[in-house]
Amino acid sequence: MATEHVQLPDIFTRWFDSHGWAPRPHQLALLEKAQDGHSSLLIAPTGAGKTLAGFLPSLTDLATRPKSKPGMVKPRLHTLYVSPLKALAVDIERNLTKPVAEMGLPIKIETRTGDTPQHKRQRQKIDPPDILLTTPEQISLLLANGQAELFFKDLKYIIFDELHSLVTSKRGHLLALALSRLRRHAPDLQTIGLSATVANPEDLQRWLVGQKNGEELSEKIVVEGGAKPNITILQTDERIPWSGHSARYAMGNVYEQIKEHQTTLLFVNTRSQAELLFQELWTINEENLPIALHHGSLDASKRRKVEAAMAQNALRAVVATSTLDLGIDWGDVDLVIHIGAPKGASRLAQRIGRSNHRMDEPSKAILVPANRFEVMECKAALDANYIGAQDTPPLLEGAIDVLAQHILGMACAKPFYEHELYEEVISAAPYSNLSQEQFSRIVEFVATGGYALKTYERYARIRKTKDGTWRISNPQIAQQYRLNIGTIIEAPVLNVRLTKRKANGSIGRGGPKLGTIEEYFLEMLAPGDTFLFSGQVLRFEGIRENECLASKTFDESPKIPAYAGGKFPLSTYLAEQVRKMLIDPQSWATLPNQVREWLELQKRVSRMPSHNELLLETFPRNKKHYMIIYPFEGRLAHQTLGMLLTRRLERMHARPLGFVATDYALAIWALDDLGERFKNGLISTSELFHEDMLGDDLEAWLDESWLLKRTFRNCAVISGLIERRHPGKEKTGRQVTVSADLIYDVLRSHEPDHILMQATRADAATGLLDIRRLSDMLLRIKGRIVHQKLDHISPLAVPIMLEIGREPVNGEAQESILLEAAEEFLSEATGHLK
Amino acid sequence: MNMASPVTSNQETLCSLATELNGVNVVCDFRGVLYLPNSKTLIVSDLHLEKGAAFARRGLLHPPYDTSQTLDKLHQCIDYFAPQTVISLGDSFHDQLGSEFLPEKARSQLKHMQTGRDWIWISGNHDPKPHKSIEGDCMEEVTCETLQLRHEPSDDDKIGEISGHLHPAAVITRRGKSVRRACFATDGNRLIMPSFGATTGGLSLKHKAFKGLFDTKNLFAHVLGKEQIYPISWSKMRG
Repeated sequence: MATEHVQLPDIFTRWFDSHGWAPRPHQLALLEKAQDGHSSLLIAPTGAGKTLAGFLPSLTDLATRPKSKPGMVKPRLHTLYVSPLKALAVDIERNLTKPVAEMGLPIKIETRTGDTPQHKRQRQKIDPPDILLTTPEQISLLLANGQAELFFKDLKYIIFDELHSLVTSKRGHLLALALSRLRRHAPDLQTIGLSATVANPEDLQRWLVGQKNGEELSEKIVVEGGAKPNITILQTDERIPWSGHSARYAMGNVYEQIKEHQTTLLFVNTRSQAELLFQELWTINEENLPIALHHGSLDASKRRKVEAAMAQNALRAVVATSTLDLGIDWGDVDLVIHIGAPKGASRLAQRIGRSNHRMDEPSKAILVPANRFEVMECKAALDANYIGAQDTPPLLEGAIDVLAQHILGMACAKPFYEHELYEEVISAAPYSNLSQEQFSRIVEFVATGGYALKTYERYARIRKTKDGTWRISNPQIAQQYRLNIGTIIEAPVLNVRLTKRKANGSIGRGGPKLGTIEEYFLEMLAPGDTFLFSGQVLRFEGIRENECLASKTFDESPKIPAYAGGKFPLSTYLAEQVRKMLIDPQSWATLPNQVREWLELQKRVSRMPSHNELLLETFPRNKKHYMIIYPFEGRLAHQTLGMLLTRRLERMHARPLGFVATDYALAIWALDDLGERFKNGLISTSELFHEDMLGDDLEAWLDESWLLKRTFRNCAVISGLIERRHPGKEKTGRQVTVSADLIYDVLRSHEPDHILMQATRADAATGLLDIRRLSDMLLRIKGRIVHQKLDHISPLAVPIMLEIGREPVNGEAQESILLEAAEEFLSEATGHLK
Repeated sequence: MNMASPVTSNQETLCSLATELNGVNVVCDFRGVLYLPNSKTLIVSDLHLEKGAAFARRGLLHPPYDTSQTLDKLHQCIDYFAPQTVISLGDSFHDQLGSEFLPEKARSQLKHMQTGRDWIWISGNHDPKPHKSIEGDCMEEVTCETLQLRHEPSDDDKIGEISGHLHPAAVITRRGKSVRRACFATDGNRLIMPSFGATTGGLSLKHKAFKGLFDTKNLFAHVLGKEQIYPISWSKMRG
């Protein structure tokens, strides 16, 4: 990196010298670009001094500004730093204050998050610091204020940390819109994006600068990865199970590894896995090693304790979910163990980055596959990490609900002209393709709900006035906006409080708070049921106000399976690698014996698909007829495919009964002999798998699916149609909040093309349904479906067959549940009816 | 007879369920209305008309279609039973302004339904004052045969009382999946009506708000299904 004319003030050179350091080339390169007036993206691995690089332009600029004299206008906000996590902002403040203090620079640094007290926020508005460390939501809040223009007019730099993780969500859309407004207040604003390695850096480069024709890019600086990580797959003599996700078989080996290392981080994919693993480890923890648990549902104070103990190297192991994914600095972790398949190569790289947080030393990691397919997936991920493959998801078009929220916020700040705001919005990369017409519809939605039935004119939230501007109807609208800002919608949760069961069976009142749990999970529990939470088996006692009361129990195994946290689908890239491995027997040599033998057996009794083929097996079992396919496209896409295929088979009178989907395969069973029908050509596979299923069939199914309701709720909250539920502020007694489900039903039957319904379908298509992947797959396998008719189950089919019966009933089966309960009663009560 | 169990059902499925309350025959209909055959009276509770508009007045622009959906459904019930009297058991409008700002189309639909029969609006906590701009008699309570009709369940006068207000719902769990549906709740002494309005939610019968209201030994939820009523006993519910 050539950095001839970079200007590093002497005080900085001396500070580097005093520590025996020299500024790294990428730090100087970024400074030079900034001094030349450019915005930049810095891509660097963990431990490369990314944060200091990001702040250097701002620190040097502040260090050399003229001293403020009495009578001069007080300096306004100079630099904004945005991070996805509150904790990260606090962490950065600590790390930044040190060099600033050591150099004696007159720079004021403060944080502003949801936790910042009201009086301090108020003071910050009047007397801002030089550098403000904050979150995306806080920026939107500041921008919706009438004083925003003055507050931000001298803003020179804005630094986005972990940009790769910010931009892939609706939160990123909100932030992009905020950035478009900041550019208007401060036209010379320069952006600095800090990111881990990503598949398409251009996406981020576009995101960082204002768009005119979709071609504008920021500068880019890339630091090549440090030492290669040392990753292995766990060697074990135990039998690797066919299916399941617990990896219980490997606990003995995992415990040995913990003993051999100083501090081990154990990553799992879901909270339930975390709970289970933690419990398993403690049952064999003969040496009483300090092993802790850390996941998003635990109480914040409990998490802080674990984090503090971690920083002091007081723990030997921590079981964690994605809450620890991002780049907060921890103690001396010397081993990362990943339980279950990583589901994506980038995620694996990020997690492994947690071990040995110094760039030049190799990280050490062990992958523990939970079943045989995961062995292949781990192997693929391992190869991917070595070749530096990246599979972060492509950026999505800006969401409609987020834009609606932003428009209302802008009206709260000051009246706007529609065309001006439109120009501003399309300068934000995610919204650069938005049409003027669609924008007008969204403004209309913000104003009166955008309904075909125009009855809400008198209740409009924003109105077009005589001078042509839109302005809010009354100050309460702004108040409401502030309470409902943000794009993170939590599922309704209740506190879990530990109580004592008294001898007479009554339940005590108080006790420590253990964390929070989803309401829908509690709905399944009856008093006396046991479940796993916070590393222990608890007995559910009941719900009191907004708390779930639970007592300790000595049961070893919980009755109700732990609730599912977020489950990542298998990434496209890894899926491709696993498919490649499957068709190439040469590559099986590197797999454990038992897995290799399994694949060889499959080849003997059935077949392996060749390149781009889709294998379809059929066989009878217990008077039912099964068809199994192996697309490897992830559970979401398979689930959608399963729904659509069963609908089609129904129409073809093949009498399908059900289906189950995993990350790797899809199984459908029917009363009719599907194998015979395929063989006789009564059902043509190319017809069954034709991509036209993504047309009307999809529409018809979606309309009755509960998936859309869940998505709708989020869109309705973000767009300001319904109010956010504030934790701890739910109304007690009678339910007064309106259920989003009921609103959805009304809207669907009266105005199915309403803009919010469009937004919901678009969200579901990308998120829960994975339509894009499904359609890519249907195209890929067109004319390449090979049918293998078998008399028995095949080896490859065993894992998915074991999943059958574990899936809960879906929404459409609700009436039958009611009928069942009523019939039980009827036969009890009358003895002869039905 | 002081049991709430279903007495008769001639049809294949229980699209309505006849039972007895303080000596009066009452019919629980799957659409959420109660019919008294002897006095040809139709009872409906918690219509919450203009709920969308009530929210819109507060800046939350809920879809404006709830009123017409609720009225259409009520219209069907009235066509089916052809009652002499209709009693709306309180919370007929989601707020007091609802009847005043009722859109013209809904107003005329309501008027059409009211023609040729008596219509009583019982006051509720959402609409405590008489509705002046629409037809019908406004009352606090009303007696019908030997039954006492009011919006909120009383503490002391429970024999033969029909009320609404609480939006009872039954939560049934089977195979790890739970279903929540609106229901009639009765122990043979009193009966609490399901809420009828299109966007009204339900409160589980196990919620503390129902505590002490029923003799749970005899308590049944007559659950509203898509096309039938499911009688489910208290012991089968969770919540």
